[in-house]
Amino acid sequence: MMIDIINDVKPHYSQYLSDDEKSQIDHEASILETREAAGIEALKVVQSFRGWISDDSLLAIAQYLKMTSAELEGVATFYNLIYRQPVGKNVIHLCDSVSCHLTGYSEILSTIKQHLAIDYGQTTTDGLFTLLSNACLGGCDKSPVMMVGKVHYEYLTKSKVIDILETIKANSKSNDLSKTQGVE
Amino acid sequence: MNSLTHPLTHLVNLASPLTIQGYIDQGGYKGAEKAIKENSPAEVLEIVKASGLKGRGGAGFPTGMKWSFVPQYSEDDERSKDNKYLVCNADEMEPGTFKDRLILEGAPHQLIEAMIIAAYTIGANKAYIFLRGEYHLAAKRLQIAIDEAYQASWLGNNIQKSNFQLDLYLHTSAGRYICGEETALINALEGKRANPRAKPPFPQVAGLFGKPTIVNNVETLCNLPHILKNGTDWFKQISPDSDAGTKIYGACGRIQNPGLWELPMGATIGQVLNVHAGGMAEGLKLKGLLPGGASTDFLMPEHLDVPMDYDSIAKAGSRLGTGGLIVLDDKNCPVAMVLNLLQFFAQESCGWCTPCRDGTPWAVELLSRIERGKGTLADIDSLLNLCDFMWIGKTHCALAPGAVEPLKSALRYFNDDFVQHIELGCCPYHGVQ
Repeated sequence: MMIDIINDVKPHYSQYLSDDEKSQIDHEASILETREAAGIEALKVVQSFRGWISDDSLLAIAQYLKMTSAELEGVATFYNLIYRQPVGKNVIHLCDSVSCHLTGYSEILSTIKQHLAIDYGQTTTDGLFTLLSNACLGGCDKSPVMMVGKVHYEYLTKSKVIDILETIKANSKSNDLSKTQGVE
Repeated sequence: MNSLTHPLTHLVNLASPLTIQGYIDQGGYKGAEKAIKENSPAEVLEIVKASGLKGRGGAGFPTGMKWSFVPQYSEDDERSKDNKYLVCNADEMEPGTFKDRLILEGAPHQLIEAMIIAAYTIGANKAYIFLRGEYHLAAKRLQIAIDEAYQASWLGNNIQKSNFQLDLYLHTSAGRYICGEETALINALEGKRANPRAKPPFPQVAGLFGKPTIVNNVETLCNLPHILKNGTDWFKQISPDSDAGTKIYGACGRIQNPGLWELPMGATIGQVLNVHAGGMAEGLKLKGLLPGGASTDFLMPEHLDVPMDYDSIAKAGSRLGTGGLIVLDDKNCPVAMVLNLLQFFAQESCGWCTPCRDGTPWAVELLSRIERGKGTLADIDSLLNLCDFMWIGKTHCALAPGAVEPLKSALRYFNDDFVQHIELGCCPYHGVQ
C-alpha cells in the first residue's frame, strides 16, 4: 500500500484514535523507554478495535508515537499478526509446520478451502472468515491444529474442522464463542 | 512425581494453575526468598555457575557464564546507575517444540519466581517476558500471576522488605520465528523489525535500549527456584549424565502418545520415543527423527540408544536443540518433510542477509521440483552447494544454518529417496501427501 507522502508530512490525524486506543497505547509506551518502542503494541491495540490496520490507522499511530510512518510501515509489514488488509470477523490461522504436515495438515487445508470457498489470504463473501497460514502454533502433540481469533483448536479432522467452522458461523451473530470446543 | 524428581512440572496444572497462595503453600517463592534474603548477587551467581545449568532454548550455553558477562561496576562508577534488563524468551516457535507452553500455562508463578532470582543476580530492576502472540492463554494467566505477585510484594519496590526492586512486564509479540533469536528479540522489544543484530557487542554488554541485557529461555529460568531451594548437589545428581538437572522432552509425529515428559537430563532417544511416547503409531515404522526441533540434523533408528544430552547428541551428528523429537515414519515422504521445513525457514527468514534470504527459497524451489518428480540429479548437487553457502560464518545469524541442518542430513540419510523421486519422475509416497 502506498503512503500519501503529502498527507504524511501534513498530518491531521490528531482526532483519529479513540480515547480508549490512546490510553492503551500510552500504557504500553509507559513500560518501555521510548515512545516508538510501543509501535508493535500500538498496532495491536488499534487492530483489536478496528480489525485491521488501514493506511489512516498507520498514519495516526505514527503521528501519535512521534515516529515516521515509513518506519512504522516497515514494522507493520514485518509481523504476520498485524493485518495490513481488511480481514473477516474470524481469522483462521492454520498451522502449516512440520508436525501438522506429518499428521494431515494438507487434508485439513483442502477441507477448509473447499468448505469456505476461499484460498489463503482471502475472505469469505459474507465477511465471516479469512484464511491465513501460521508457523508452528506449539500444539505439535495435538496436531493438526489451528487458531481462530484467540482460540486454539486441536486434533483436527475433516469433519471436526467443518463442525468448528459451522459453530463459529452460527455463534458469530451472537458473538458467543463459548460453545465451540477449543481452548484459548 | 515431586519437587525433587520433577522440579519443573510437579506444580503444573493446565486446567487451573496455582494462585500465588497455592503456589506458596507448595513451597513456592522459597527459592527467591533464599536468593534475595540469604545471598548476595555474587553468591547466587556462583551457585548457578556451580549447578552446571545450561540454556534450554537450543544453544545450550552455560547460564552462569552468560550472566557473568554482565558488567558490574563499582558504586562510584557513573555506569553503575544504568539500567540493566532481564528478558525471558517465551517466543517458543521452533517447529516441533511446545515445552515452554506447558510451564507458562500450567505454572506461571514458577517463572515469576525464577525471574526474581535472575534479575537480582544480574542487578536488573526491569524485566520483560517476551511471549509469542499466539499464546493467548499463557498471556492471560501470566498477567494474572504478575498482578498477584505485585499485590503480595513479590514484585515492585522493596520486595519482601529486602530493598530489592523489580518491575516485571508482559510483552506479547506479533509473530515471526526470528524473534526467538535473542538480538532480534531485543529489536522487537524496542518496537523495531526483528532483524538480528551484529555481535559483538553482545547483549550482556549492550542489549535492550543499549543497556546490559540477559535473555534466557523459559525452561532455563524455571530451573532457578529449585536450584536455590534444593542446592547444586541435588541438581547435578538428578542426572546420571555429564549434564545437570532435568529436561522437558517432547515427541510428535505419527506416534502412539505424543506429548511432553520431564526426565533426568540424558534420557535416551529410545526411552523418550518407545517408553514414554509408546512407539510408532499402528502399522508404521521409524524412518528417522529430528531430536530437538526443526533446526537440528536428522538422526536414524540406529541412534535410539543415544542419550539426549548436549554432548552425546552432538557426537551423533545433531543437536539437542529444544529436546523435542519430531518423528518421521516410513509412510511419510522425507523429501516432502524437508520441503515443509525449508518452506518454514524461507518464510521466516528476516531477509537481512543474502545467503538466507535467497538461499532458503532456492532450496524450496529445488526441493519442490524433486518432490513433484521434475528434479534432476544436478538439483541434489545444487542443494549440497546451498548447504555450504548457508552455513555458519556466511550468514548474519543462525537461522539459515538451522535450515541447513535437517536439509544436509536428509540428503545424506535419505539419498535413496531423493534419487528415487528423480528416477521415477514422481513421489513414491503418493497418497500420503
